[in-house]
Amino acid sequence: MPVIPVNYYIFLSLALFTIGIVGVLTRRNAIIIFMCVELMLNAVNVLLVAFSKMHHVAAFATDRATTVGTEAQLFVFFIMVVAAAEVTVGLAIIVMLYRNIHSVDINFLNRLKH
Amino acid sequence: MSKYVFLIPLLPLVGFLINGLGRNFLSRMLVNIVGCGVLIASFVVSLLVFREVAAPGATPMVIRYFDFIKAGGLDIQASFLVDQLSGLFLLVITGIGSLIHIYSTAYMHEETTPHYARYFAYLNLFVFSMLLLVLGSNFVVMFIGWEGVGLCSYLLIGYWFENKAYNNAAKKAFVMNRIGDLGFLLAIFWMLSQFGSIAYADVFSKASTAPVAVLTGITILLFVGAMGKSAQIPLYTWLPDAMAGPTPVSALIHAATMVTAGIYMIARSNVLFTLAPISQNLVAIIGISTALLAATIALKQNDIKKVLAYSTVSQLGLMFLALGVGAYTAGVFHVMTHAFFKALLFLGAGSVIHAMHHEQDIMKMGGLRKKLPITHITFLIGCLAIAGIPPFAGFFSKDEILTAALEKNPVYYVLALATSLMTAFYMFRLYFLTFSGKFRGSHEQEHHLHESPAPMTLPLIVLAILSVVGGWIGIPAVFAENAHLLSNFLSPVVASVKPAHPAIHLSHTSELALMGGVLVLILVMIVLASKKFAKENIDTAEPTGFSAVLSNKWYVDEIYEAIVVKPINWISSFLSRVVDNKLIDGLVNGVGKGVQFSARQLRLLQSGQVGSYILIMMIAIILFFIFQLFWKL
Repeated sequence: MPVIPVNYYIFLSLALFTIGIVGVLTRRNAIIIFMCVELMLNAVNVLLVAFSKMHHVAAFATDRATTVGTEAQLFVFFIMVVAAAEVTVGLAIIVMLYRNIHSVDINFLNRLKH
Repeated sequence: MSKYVFLIPLLPLVGFLINGLGRNFLSRMLVNIVGCGVLIASFVVSLLVFREVAAPGATPMVIRYFDFIKAGGLDIQASFLVDQLSGLFLLVITGIGSLIHIYSTAYMHEETTPHYARYFAYLNLFVFSMLLLVLGSNFVVMFIGWEGVGLCSYLLIGYWFENKAYNNAAKKAFVMNRIGDLGFLLAIFWMLSQFGSIAYADVFSKASTAPVAVLTGITILLFVGAMGKSAQIPLYTWLPDAMAGPTPVSALIHAATMVTAGIYMIARSNVLFTLAPISQNLVAIIGISTALLAATIALKQNDIKKVLAYSTVSQLGLMFLALGVGAYTAGVFHVMTHAFFKALLFLGAGSVIHAMHHEQDIMKMGGLRKKLPITHITFLIGCLAIAGIPPFAGFFSKDEILTAALEKNPVYYVLALATSLMTAFYMFRLYFLTFSGKFRGSHEQEHHLHESPAPMTLPLIVLAILSVVGGWIGIPAVFAENAHLLSNFLSPVVASVKPAHPAIHLSHTSELALMGGVLVLILVMIVLASKKFAKENIDTAEPTGFSAVLSNKWYVDEIYEAIVVKPINWISSFLSRVVDNKLIDGLVNGVGKGVQFSARQLRLLQSGQVGSYILIMMIAIILFFIFQLFWKL
């Protein structure tokens, strides 16, 4: 099975991350911004897994019992857990926001500072 | 007795503290008792100490109290030196000081009690400083007293501080003294680096090992200090202005304390001066020039205190001449006799001013002989003494100075003689204008004329007696061999140096003849003065020509104003206007403005738009990556 080179993963991750950034910067809908943040997190996850695999394969060739490169996958799980928690809290905030001001436009959120 | 020496300066200090701190609640009687009491007690202790010093075979006592400054090789003791010289000065200072204190109780009676107590506090502090100056056994203790005296003169000259002119006079005295003090201070530093010590004993014993150039430098700097304190050219102008203070203060400054400090300092360091002939000549030249200049100015002054002030400057000049020609004993002798008759004259003048309700212009006096009999007699004695009529005190000391001057250099003698003749003339001009002729003041003043109360006349009488007999301790060898008690007395401390090759050697007969000649000339001067000023109608027209120059004090104040005060004022105002206002303020304000400006600009970044923050963050991160990649930071 031909191995997909790591460059592909990097470009995929870069594309996802850029989409996330642009989305955060340009959109005003809180839910979309939220999704874009998720996108950025997952872009990082893709990168972590890709590099993890790359390093592991390289180490595996010499030593069958190695665990090199697998730590990154741990981080992926951490990030997923954090993202899940964040989604829970964030969506709850957005729901409460919608109930109060009947809008999810973040430009209305600045009234907290007044 | 040396155990109790510390009491001499301590008592006036205690008096100062009591009167100074308690001025608002002490009664006038208590102020009197404390103010005069401490000084009289101090005088008694001084007398006892003096008796010990005067005993035959007495050795100088150095009494150490504590380490004042001790660091590395530097060891400055707070210690006192009691020997013949300081013993003599102690007596003069505390004795005349006591009389002036007693006199002040009556003279200052118009003051309110708090100010009255303040006055006595200052007076006590003044005497304390002077005693410290005289008693110190090293130059640093002397310097502390030296500065204290300067401070007190400032406080006392500016005693009536509501009056701006008086304040200015006080400031002038202080500033001029500071100039001199700087010289003294530099001399102390120099001595410290040269000799490694500033105790008299060390410095004087090592003096002959130092190069003459160094000694000359040190002594000239010391003399600069003396110039300031003892009012010599070019720093003399503060003394006549010091008349702004109450009259007893003038008496204290001019007779017992302050101005004699310079003489004391040079007499004390006579070992150094003897080794530095250039400085000695400088002292003599400055002294005689001051004596002449001040005497000419005194000829034309109309303020009773100004005449006396210039006569003090002139007499101080004569004392410096004596020190300069190596006749240290004569200088110290004249300090002593001068203290008697100048205190007498000032207190007499104070009595006149008191009677005239603070009128000081002699053109408005006259004919006071009958109204103020005691003042008149004592004042006359003072005038006779200062003019140098035997057997009054001034005759002996002045004659000694004249003889010493003649032996050194006949030019000095001629100039000193001229000074003496002028002294006789202006003193008797003052006397005749004040006491003879007819009264020229207002009718109201005439009505109020009265003899001063006993606390004022008593010191006058005591001082008059001293002015008569005070000179008898220094009878020259012409009259009686070995009768010069003072010279014998001071010989352990002050070795008077006779010039090795006197310009003129005097035999006893020629000395007597000279003395007689001088006396005749002085009498002629007195007669001239009486012809001119003892008549009924005094010419009070404005002086013209040369006499206008004299009555304007040779325009010295104006010259100083033009060449010193104005440029300094100009520089100060330049510094204030340009450097301070523009440069310094500009710098400080500029920093503030710059911060404010940049803050105002930076604030625009804080828009509150989260999006823009993220954008900036992104841009920064991207830039950071680019730098990282291409510049390899």
